[in-house]
Amino acid sequence: MTETLKPETPDQLRDAVAWANSDLKPLELVGRGSKRGIGRPVQTAHRLDLSAFSGIALYEPEELVLSAGAATPMAEIEAALEEAGQELSFEPPDYSRVLRMARGAGTLGGVLAGNLAGPRRIKQGAARDHFLGFEGVTGRGDAFKSGGRVVKNVTGYDLCKLMAGSWGTLAALHKVTVKALPRGQKTRTVLVYGPDAAAGVAALSDGLNSPCEVSGAAWLPASIAGRSEVDLVAKPGEAVAAIRVEGFGPSVEYRCQALRSLLAPYGATEELHSQRSRAFWTAVRDVLPFADGADERVIWKISLPPTDAPAFLHAVAEIKGAEAYCDWGGGLVWLALDAPKTGAEGVVRDALKRAESGWAQLFRAPESLRAAVPVFQPQGAGLDALARRVKESFDPNRVLNPGRMSEGV
Amino acid sequence: MQMPTPDAGVMARRGEIADALRAIVPGEGVIVDEDALRPYETDGLTAYKTLPLIVVLPETVEQVAEVLRFCKREGVKVVPRGAGTSLSGGALPLADGIILGLGKFNRILEIDSANRCARVQPGVTNLAITKAVEGDGFYYAPDPSSQIACSIGGNVAENSGGVHCLKYGLTTNNVLGVELVTMDGEVLRIGGKHLDAAGFDLLGLLTGSEGLLGVVTEVTVRLLRKPETARALLIGFPTSEAAGDCVAGVIGDGIIPGGMEMMDAPAIKAAEEFVQAGYPLDVEALLIVELDGPEAEVEHLIERVRAIAEAKGAVSVRASQSEEERNSFWAGRKAAFPAVGRLSPDYYCMDGTIPRNRLPEVLRRMRELSAHYGLGVANVFHAGDGNLHPLIMYDANQPGELEKAEEFGADILRLCVEVGGVLTGEHGVGVEKRDLMETMFTEDDLKQQQRVKCAFDPDGLLNPGKMFPTLHRCAELGRMHIHRGQMPFPDIPRF
Repeated sequence: MTETLKPETPDQLRDAVAWANSDLKPLELVGRGSKRGIGRPVQTAHRLDLSAFSGIALYEPEELVLSAGAATPMAEIEAALEEAGQELSFEPPDYSRVLRMARGAGTLGGVLAGNLAGPRRIKQGAARDHFLGFEGVTGRGDAFKSGGRVVKNVTGYDLCKLMAGSWGTLAALHKVTVKALPRGQKTRTVLVYGPDAAAGVAALSDGLNSPCEVSGAAWLPASIAGRSEVDLVAKPGEAVAAIRVEGFGPSVEYRCQALRSLLAPYGATEELHSQRSRAFWTAVRDVLPFADGADERVIWKISLPPTDAPAFLHAVAEIKGAEAYCDWGGGLVWLALDAPKTGAEGVVRDALKRAESGWAQLFRAPESLRAAVPVFQPQGAGLDALARRVKESFDPNRVLNPGRMSEGV
Repeated sequence: MQMPTPDAGVMARRGEIADALRAIVPGEGVIVDEDALRPYETDGLTAYKTLPLIVVLPETVEQVAEVLRFCKREGVKVVPRGAGTSLSGGALPLADGIILGLGKFNRILEIDSANRCARVQPGVTNLAITKAVEGDGFYYAPDPSSQIACSIGGNVAENSGGVHCLKYGLTTNNVLGVELVTMDGEVLRIGGKHLDAAGFDLLGLLTGSEGLLGVVTEVTVRLLRKPETARALLIGFPTSEAAGDCVAGVIGDGIIPGGMEMMDAPAIKAAEEFVQAGYPLDVEALLIVELDGPEAEVEHLIERVRAIAEAKGAVSVRASQSEEERNSFWAGRKAAFPAVGRLSPDYYCMDGTIPRNRLPEVLRRMRELSAHYGLGVANVFHAGDGNLHPLIMYDANQPGELEKAEEFGADILRLCVEVGGVLTGEHGVGVEKRDLMETMFTEDDLKQQQRVKCAFDPDGLLNPGKMFPTLHRCAELGRMHIHRGQMPFPDIPRF
């Protein structure tokens, strides 16, 4: 049976981790549990419930800064930001539907721990790029902090970067500070109908290489476009390349027209206005094309150089049940396939070898598969050894989320 | 400022070490003559000088790896160096350590327009990257004021910024990958042309690590498309409070300008006398706000910023009508450092960051400190992100003035931390701010940072004496005080 510890103060958190460290009792860190399905399964006798560290401690819109308890629900963060016309500009996704977890995007700390980002990643960066400071407890049971509450800071190592994407394997954070930015007042999406993967990525690339300050660039094959809830995407029954612009009204309208002219050679164009545009990008961001309740397929998340995406898609096309779409101008591939026993790991990771660089993460899969296959891309002996030494520098007894990222980390 | 005591044993073996290094780097790549070592004795923080033991200038990654393997085996300290423009003493040599200069790594290896990135060697200058890609309509966004000289490898080490980083980010937001040689001589590729890390974000950790974790031998940078157009506003205010209100008003209106710079009265006066930029001299604070993007956007925003400025009490507002005029607005700001240099035999450039709304208070207390120390100070300020560059004027030929300027500077940085800011926004800790780290961090904070260093360099051979005020042995940092027993905290809720 799992025993849950629920510290309510930073001191209690330190005591709890210090005890786990001295008694070698591994802990699973949980905020609201919305991302427990990501990573290797963690099996521990004790769970560290961080949900008491909730609430916005400081929000100064004109300073572009927000500090909050690490377990503050994203809904609360987003509501506060929206009231001031701001947002987390890396567009944090809500994977709860595709992962079949309780509805809700989880906590701010969870978004940071996973270094998540939505379609705006290509323009505004990921969670890592907006993570200014934190307070927490290392696996050794030492209270520590890094960063600050100002947006420009190079004092000491940038441990925020290390925390972002560490999935709670290095430290338990109780307070985090992030950069808030103004939200675009207007949004438009240009659609190009009909391009195959190669032409689609080329169209996205033309858009991204233009001075139009593109903030979203995705390509959907006909099968996925056809299931879209957005009529202008679904109806033609064709593949679609989509490019988003955001910002001030006159500028958005100008850029939208410029993109339509630029991309006309790739096929017929159309534009989505506010509501349709938002619905479209939410679906891209939250992997909704694979979120249907009856969809049992395994999902891979692949990051690679955008121009390598078409060849990668070609190489995985023959896997049973394979279906994929691209975000990040081609640099992010969401791939669903029907291989509950193996995840088709060999084919997927072999296909990636043809790309110049990148990684493939087993994103949605049954627990048994996530325990059997390296969920995060193995980095090679040198980097894997370095990662283990970094883990040991924070958590030598491996009491924080042991094995969540890889064996030994 | 105390550097680690030089190892007499290593210094006695200088000739033997030089011979071994010559076997790795043939030709003229090993420097031992005092005259030839002299140019390496300092960096951009010229107050400190030390002659290095030996300078090595390798030309290949394999040579870098061999040099590091040799130094690790022989216990020789290594100070990596790019162009030597660090303002915090990041490349200050050690008497018992070699300088590993990356100056010969000066090639642009690949420009990949389709993936909007470039692979370059670390000795390529910041500006050379933009020069190489501007023909295709791209640029590399971070633009430290030393961009004509500073190297991209040094930018990675220091996480350099510039005047455009509020909108476009610092180095860390614009680097996609590096090739790193560890102190063990192992060559690792971290990141690449894709986004985000497969595991821990070691790239993010390395950026800004000040040459303490490894030696970068290749960098993949993100390229951005040049904005269609840019225009600037030159706005004068009767008080720094009003200028600060205007900055807050612009951001509050949802506008993130490409650049937003503030100068105080002494800086305005110095710049105007030096370059005759047409700055108003009857104002206490001057703002330069640059808007970039499509023409339609820039036209729209220029008028909005003008309206905000007028509402906040601006006494003069000029919008650039041509590229020439925009450049003239910047000419004074860009010449601010040498302009202050004309007023004073020496100046000392500080680099704290503060929450922007504390600016009036910080300026007031800085004036008090200026009176207390009897030294003038001029301020230029990256107003959008709160990064303050006070320039302390002193005369190094007057006995005691350098020390006084340093104490004044330290007081300013303590003030930055006191109001919720940090010691350094873009110049790095180096040796300069090393002994102030404890004003911002606890002993446990700093010990954890050093444990991270131990994961890369357990013998502490890479750039020791920088960043950390107290050096601990890795074995000591790894030790734990274990007391097994019952859960010692009956008051934690459990289920």
